[in-house]
Amino acid sequence: MRRSIAGISRQVSVLIFFIIVALGANAQSVITGTVSDSTGKGIPGVSVTVIGTNKGTATDLNGKYSISAEPTATLMFTSTSYTPVERAVNNQSVVNVTMASAAQQLGEVVVIGYGTSQKKDLTGSVAQVNAKDFQTGQITNPEQLIAGKVAGVSIISGGGAPGAGSTIRIRGGASLSASNDPLIVVDGVPLDNGGIAGAANQLSMIDPNDIESFSILKDASATAIYGSRASNGVILITTKKGRLNSKPVFNFNTTFSLSKIIKEVSVLKGDQYRQFVKDNGSSSYINLLGDANTDWQNEIYHTAITSTNNLSISGGLKKMPYRVSVGYLNQQGILKTDKLDRYSLGVNLNPRFFDDHLKVNINLNNSIEEVRFANQGAIGTAVAFNPTAPVYSGKSAYNGYWEWTDPSTANGLVSLAPRNPVGLLMDRHDVAEVRRSIGSSLFDYKVHFLPDLHAFVNLAYDESSSDGTITIDSSAAQDYKRYLNSSDNTLHGGRYDKYKQKRDDKTLEAYLDYTKDFVGGSRIDVVAGYGYYDYLTTNYYYPDLTTDGTTVTTPTFDYDKPEYTLISYYGRANLSYKDRYLLTGSIRTDGSSRFAANQRWGVFPAGAFAWNMKNENFLQGSKTVSTLKIRLGYGLTGQQSGIGLYDYFPFYYYSDNTSEYQLGDSLYHMYAPSGFYPQRTWEKTATYNAGVDYGFLDNRINGSVDVYYKKTSDLLNNIAQPAGSNFSNQIVANVGNMENKGVEVSLNLQPVKNNKVVWDLNLNATYNENKITNLTAVPNPNFPGNTYYGISGGTGNTILINTVGLPVGSFYVYKQVYDENGKPIDGLFADLNRDGVINQKDLYQYKNINPDYLFGASTNVKIDKFNVGFVMRASVGNYVYNNTFSSSGTVRNILNPIGYINNGSTNVLESGFSGSGDKFFLSDYYVQNASFLRMDNAYINYLVGKVLHNSATLSLNANVQNVFVITKYKGLDPEIASGVDNNFYPRPRIYSVGLNLRF
Amino acid sequence: MKNRISFLLLIALLSSLVFVSCNKDLNRLPTNGSTAESVYSTPEGYKLAFAKVYGSFALTGNNGPGSGDIQGIDPGTSDFFRLFWYAQELPTDEAVISWGDAGIQDFHFMNWSSSNPFTQGLYYRSMYQITLANDFIRQSSDDKVAARGITGSDADNIKTYRAEARFLRAYQYWVLMDLFGNPPFVTDQSQIGDIPKQIKRKDLFNYVVSELKAIEPDLKAPKTNEYGRADQAADWALLSRVYLNAKVYADTTAYDAAASYAKKVIDAGYSLTSNYNWLFLADNNLNINEFILTINYDGLHTQGYGGTTFLTHAPVGGNMTPSKFGINGGWAGARTTKNLPNLFPDYTGNTDSRADFFTDGQSLEINDITSFTDGFGVTKFRNVKRDGSNGSSLDFSDVDMPIFRLPEMYLNYAEAVLRGGNGDKNLAVQYINNMRERAYGNTSGDITASDLTLDFILDERARELYWEGFRRTDLVRYGEFTSSSYLWPWKGGVKSGTGVQSYRDIYPLPLTDIQANPNLVQNPGY
Repeated sequence: MRRSIAGISRQVSVLIFFIIVALGANAQSVITGTVSDSTGKGIPGVSVTVIGTNKGTATDLNGKYSISAEPTATLMFTSTSYTPVERAVNNQSVVNVTMASAAQQLGEVVVIGYGTSQKKDLTGSVAQVNAKDFQTGQITNPEQLIAGKVAGVSIISGGGAPGAGSTIRIRGGASLSASNDPLIVVDGVPLDNGGIAGAANQLSMIDPNDIESFSILKDASATAIYGSRASNGVILITTKKGRLNSKPVFNFNTTFSLSKIIKEVSVLKGDQYRQFVKDNGSSSYINLLGDANTDWQNEIYHTAITSTNNLSISGGLKKMPYRVSVGYLNQQGILKTDKLDRYSLGVNLNPRFFDDHLKVNINLNNSIEEVRFANQGAIGTAVAFNPTAPVYSGKSAYNGYWEWTDPSTANGLVSLAPRNPVGLLMDRHDVAEVRRSIGSSLFDYKVHFLPDLHAFVNLAYDESSSDGTITIDSSAAQDYKRYLNSSDNTLHGGRYDKYKQKRDDKTLEAYLDYTKDFVGGSRIDVVAGYGYYDYLTTNYYYPDLTTDGTTVTTPTFDYDKPEYTLISYYGRANLSYKDRYLLTGSIRTDGSSRFAANQRWGVFPAGAFAWNMKNENFLQGSKTVSTLKIRLGYGLTGQQSGIGLYDYFPFYYYSDNTSEYQLGDSLYHMYAPSGFYPQRTWEKTATYNAGVDYGFLDNRINGSVDVYYKKTSDLLNNIAQPAGSNFSNQIVANVGNMENKGVEVSLNLQPVKNNKVVWDLNLNATYNENKITNLTAVPNPNFPGNTYYGISGGTGNTILINTVGLPVGSFYVYKQVYDENGKPIDGLFADLNRDGVINQKDLYQYKNINPDYLFGASTNVKIDKFNVGFVMRASVGNYVYNNTFSSSGTVRNILNPIGYINNGSTNVLESGFSGSGDKFFLSDYYVQNASFLRMDNAYINYLVGKVLHNSATLSLNANVQNVFVITKYKGLDPEIASGVDNNFYPRPRIYSVGLNLRF
Repeated sequence: MKNRISFLLLIALLSSLVFVSCNKDLNRLPTNGSTAESVYSTPEGYKLAFAKVYGSFALTGNNGPGSGDIQGIDPGTSDFFRLFWYAQELPTDEAVISWGDAGIQDFHFMNWSSSNPFTQGLYYRSMYQITLANDFIRQSSDDKVAARGITGSDADNIKTYRAEARFLRAYQYWVLMDLFGNPPFVTDQSQIGDIPKQIKRKDLFNYVVSELKAIEPDLKAPKTNEYGRADQAADWALLSRVYLNAKVYADTTAYDAAASYAKKVIDAGYSLTSNYNWLFLADNNLNINEFILTINYDGLHTQGYGGTTFLTHAPVGGNMTPSKFGINGGWAGARTTKNLPNLFPDYTGNTDSRADFFTDGQSLEINDITSFTDGFGVTKFRNVKRDGSNGSSLDFSDVDMPIFRLPEMYLNYAEAVLRGGNGDKNLAVQYINNMRERAYGNTSGDITASDLTLDFILDERARELYWEGFRRTDLVRYGEFTSSSYLWPWKGGVKSGTGVQSYRDIYPLPLTDIQANPNLVQNPGY
């Protein structure tokens, strides 16, 4: 989101970056100057210090100051309501400084790849969201801080599980079979987008309280500097830092929240259910009915308590700004037994050496999570479990839980029947300890003989390990007597399984940055560098054991160490002429270990031009127009993430101990050659972007409009191989093209601004149109496309298809026939190709999972000491396949042929579907409009002010998250990233209260 | 100052050295993967790669029951025999299934399309095994073996493996020829990456026959090879089967050869196991005198949801007791139409012990194919041993699946002779009576020469070989698969049964391969 830029007049904006040149004397000389605000008015009372000394003074009523300092010294200007400014004397005797008010300035310096930029100098589409604009309440995952805040960025949480990750898409996805996740860089450390076993997602281990800003690079001219992995956009996360020469400030945040389920899947209630079975079932089913009225969903969900706490201290020990924070999160899931404890430590040190020529920026984010994962199988089972059965049987067998029993089976349980949902949760202990440490040290050396040249070296690592155990006791129904040990001919049950994974990711960056400012607002900034990135995972394998330690299977290998490496050389030049014309060019070449040597390197250029019209003579004096800039950009980016690591060569893999083959009297492991594709290379996305940044009336109205066109070619696409030509009948090859076109609009308004009331309103809207333009090596109009996404119910059914001419993820379904009352006719589908039979040739592409429009709206009203606001999001045009309806809402599901009864969605009463046959699963009847409007967040903050004898500042807040959803969608929640709603972990409504204490 | 500059230069120098040496880090290798050169460097390595060529018959993948060599199909249903069984039994009078798997009901209703996941899966499975065989054949040429320093008996063994790999390839080309007619054709002469040409059914017939004849001298004599490996008898048995169907495959007749190869097998020392109901049990590896070639399964070490695990689970449901099948629970899927039980003198098996039907709670008539209790159950496959004890696992079967066993040769001989092939009709009657005496326990079921008609043989094949993957091929040969001359419940999607167009005598090539391989032309009608 663009933050407003203060109304900056031409002269003043020049001052922000410039020190008026005056010849200075050697040794200690007197420096004078004026400190003024964005309107040019002098600011009184600004503290001016010489960094590294005890010398200091303050500005007078007109903002003027005078101080003696060495010509090589650096001055620090600080004031409570303005953002601090550091300025080198550089042999000058007059140093004038413009300070931006703290509130407005935050949006101005924008983090970009390998450095920062003034917002006015940007040529690409970059949006930055700073801490003060983050979503509030109980936020345990960093990406949720910016949900709904940025045009063109969709962030869909994976559900209500503690620490659940989100699906992040910037301007739609650029790829089919490769990853569509953006590259995420934390303090210069590019993260691998794979998860860690036992941890919910790559970001979940960073304490959101430690984050200063998110910078989202959307178009290729901005992202191309990350060429190799930038096709899906880049998110740069910067953590909070201390400030030079400042007193220690403690900041304590605590939030306490209650999470409650909003809505359960609508299933038949006890008596209604009994009637249904009596009406539809034979006596053998009716005899299975019990007397209880159990609401299984009510049994598995509870009100969950969460507390998040963070204490930080930041300040500057002379030349070393520091910030240390400790965090503790204690989170329960609304699904019983789900639990997460996270302890985090963030350390940020910025020491300087050699007369400030060497700045070191050390970031350390450590965390330990102790997690218990609930058995999420209970979610679907609670929908389907017989509501006339009680939770407890009154007997001791199966830990007291009521189960479907069958004396004729070996373990006494009906073999394919569901198990008691409460038992599934309580009997399974899946606990893990996950440790993670992300560290980076950026050395910024200002070359002594050439101060305009900086040499940077960034050494960083991202290490994590997870260590988990799944324990199920032997009397639990799940896994009960699951293994027949042939040596003692006895059944053993329960589970004692271990899992462990380690990751060691390393980053080395070395780059030079030459910056030179010229009189009159011209500037040149050139970056050239080298990057080395290595991602090593170690997966450990353990035997599968029953509770008593009987080995069920043993792994073939003790461990596996998948690893990939990227090497990059890159360069970028930014030219600015008279603060009006801005030109950026960048080029990057990347090598990836995922490709064969002759396909390994890709070259990714980008260029952009911006015209800062506001600085032209005809607009300089305008009171109405405060910002006007036009941007044009083009760039090529690459993609290699999300595909196999070694697929360019055939490797033979040794089979598991359960996949041996008997020849004669011996069992042999098998060596199987893998499918391979030596020609595989980089997927490339070309992006064209045109944008306008605007601001009117002292930027009380501001924002930007961007239009873009992204074309992906050489799509990494899982395609069929001619049978007999490879060891795999499908393989990821570079075949196909896809395009995304869109418009993004952001608008920030300040309708009211006076001493008492400030009302901010931020709106953003995105339109994106995705289209696959080719999928085959040779264009083929008869090719329906590649189907994917297996659904629950009816083995082998896939619901989605990628088809040329349509967006990614169309539903591939049969056309349901309805009677005159609009009721679907069971098992009757349109014979679309009129060949007299209904088969796969009658499937058609219907709607798709992608929204056409995304909207975000946040507002904040500050009335005296109160802040009130909300955040809303809307998505229009996305559809969801309701797999809960299709898999549970049929007569056949309720009267199961295997000889037990299930519950199911009340949709069965509407559709009346029998559930027989194999076609109804793919009926378009189950594809439902999932457009929605959701209020993510509503809050009120109250600034109590000084407390504890004026030593601390206290503010209090109250917050409701997931306030309401307006949708036509008939299932639980329309916001499903995959487009297939199946046993979704419900997003709870969260009520939070919190306080913030600064002292 | 100077020092610092030197320091900077030093850093720059060091880093440039680091950069140069780092580019080789882009050559990453899998920890647990091996190259062809290392796998095929030892005789043991050859055997493990050879095990994959065979193992592809039984297993879905290399990493347990959830893994799949074949993409685009649920891994659990992607093994060879389950798919072969679907395609050979479900469209016939012998089997119906209750499930809602994508495309599974298209078989019995005979309305499959070129996108049917199961016919597609079977096609890719067969081609996969052929591709593995081709790779092994390339790696095991005499030159390569010699170049790798393997000599003596090790080299001789590899020569035999190579002949068997060619046999397996010929077998899978027979499958493709029988079911798909005109598949892509690829041999060890082409390389990975070459786009295969299509072969006509008739040319494929000639190729299969010539291969089977060419490898005969390199294969081991009947009953001298390891259990589960092909020998000359398997080679002859396949030749007999291919020749018997020559009219269908190549519009030619070869009944002399069909009979003579059947007789070669019969005379090679095979004999019937005494009890028919021991044929498909967990310890059926004991039937080595009757079984010519088996696909081997093991509940602990050869796990998958296909093959005989499917055959011992899918037919169990209703009032059947899972423990009697040596399993934890049935899948309530497969049954038969009334036509099959009606071929027997009674349903109980008291007269003809081959009538393995479960009738309690099951109706003979089928009103709803998806209702498990409609249609008799079939209890032929059970994961228990002769003594009634369980197999090694309750979840995965130990039952081996014979793909050639002696009675087929009896029946091939009889049919070939009846159709005009050189042979002895009285001998044929004796062969048939051998089977029937085992089934009846006495001579009461014996037939005479006048009973031996082609229709009798078709029925006798059903009685003896039902659910073993023969029925579709037999009905096609008799012209009764798609035509209206023979009907069964729900044939063609109609309860009383109806004929469908004759192009459905073969399956379509999968649409995906038509798209991927420009050399392929779809079978007529599809």
